[in-house]
Amino acid sequence: MSAAKNTELSELDKKLINLLQDGFPLTPRPFLTVAEQLNSTQVGSEEDIVTEAEIIQHIQALLDEGILSRFGPMYQAERMGGGLTLAAMKVAEEDYERVTEQINTFSQVAHNYRREHELNMWFVLATESPEEIEDCIEEMETVTGYHVFNMPKEEEFYVGLKFAL
Amino acid sequence: MSDLNLHSNPFKSNDTDSFNPKTKSPFSMKEVSQPKTNFVLTEMDRALVIATQEGLPVSERPYHIIGEEIGISEDEVISRLEKMLEHGVIRRIAVIPNHYRIGFKANGMTVWNVKDKDIKRLGRQIGELPYVSHCYQRPRHEPYWSYNLFAMVHGTERAQVEERAKKLKAILGDACLGHEILYSSKILKKTGMRLSKKESVKS
Repeated sequence: MSAAKNTELSELDKKLINLLQDGFPLTPRPFLTVAEQLNSTQVGSEEDIVTEAEIIQHIQALLDEGILSRFGPMYQAERMGGGLTLAAMKVAEEDYERVTEQINTFSQVAHNYRREHELNMWFVLATESPEEIEDCIEEMETVTGYHVFNMPKEEEFYVGLKFAL
Repeated sequence: MSDLNLHSNPFKSNDTDSFNPKTKSPFSMKEVSQPKTNFVLTEMDRALVIATQEGLPVSERPYHIIGEEIGISEDEVISRLEKMLEHGVIRRIAVIPNHYRIGFKANGMTVWNVKDKDIKRLGRQIGELPYVSHCYQRPRHEPYWSYNLFAMVHGTERAQVEERAKKLKAILGDACLGHEILYSSKILKKTGMRLSKKESVKS
């Protein structure tokens, strides 16, 4: 995916986002490793050399500004013996705010998106055991008064979200 | 929703994919195939998951800080994280951008009603496309929901998503009985998975 123009991001920010979206070094000084990696591919002048401190500062700023929503390990519930599913609801406009709050209160909701469709709320449930999915959905239906469509994956063909800047 | 009208939006923009996001960075781990058995978390692994699930400290020695917090060495933090990566318990350690904030305004969940006999073959083919970030087969819920193939397509604008959806439609051909694109209009929550902090699991 190629990105649109990003006025607010510096060249270093873009490089960091591109590089660190699918991996971060497991070394004692990981940001130093990142700096070395960036500098080794740098053919340019002295001013293109980046330091560990600069990288730390940029990542922190990107997090503070909400350009990055997270930084760290992405855990997979299923591989720990847990449950995972995608669920959808058709929520009336007048109830939307209330239901959003009720659904988001569940710690098992990893993320939740509003989508433009009759089924207008879509969320991912990650639980510590597969059985907990059903319980959780039942509880959501009781609390909200709406039906929850459970759409667990039957087959995974590809996962690997990455944006190019 | 029982009506399965095809989207007939105008497909205008030119598609440019100079960058293939399926090319991995130097820090990426090898692809993990589906393991036969689940990885059993020890109590210490669990403590490590809880200490890191909201993110790593942004400082010189993040693994050292985490180690101090849960009472193990930096080396042990690193080796336990490595092991969880190998087993796919951790998909990757990475930065997660807010896609709206970095210029990807259009996030289209394209959903397709694909003939059952063709779905495995076509699902794999769709999953290989560079602009498809997630691709799954999921159950239908007739008569409300007839779509069994989900492919997430991101773009800088809707026209780009629609152009790409058109390519998916061409690949699916006669095996496709209908499709829609569901655009996200708001992130309501985005925290990632959370283990509860209660001590409850095997050691």
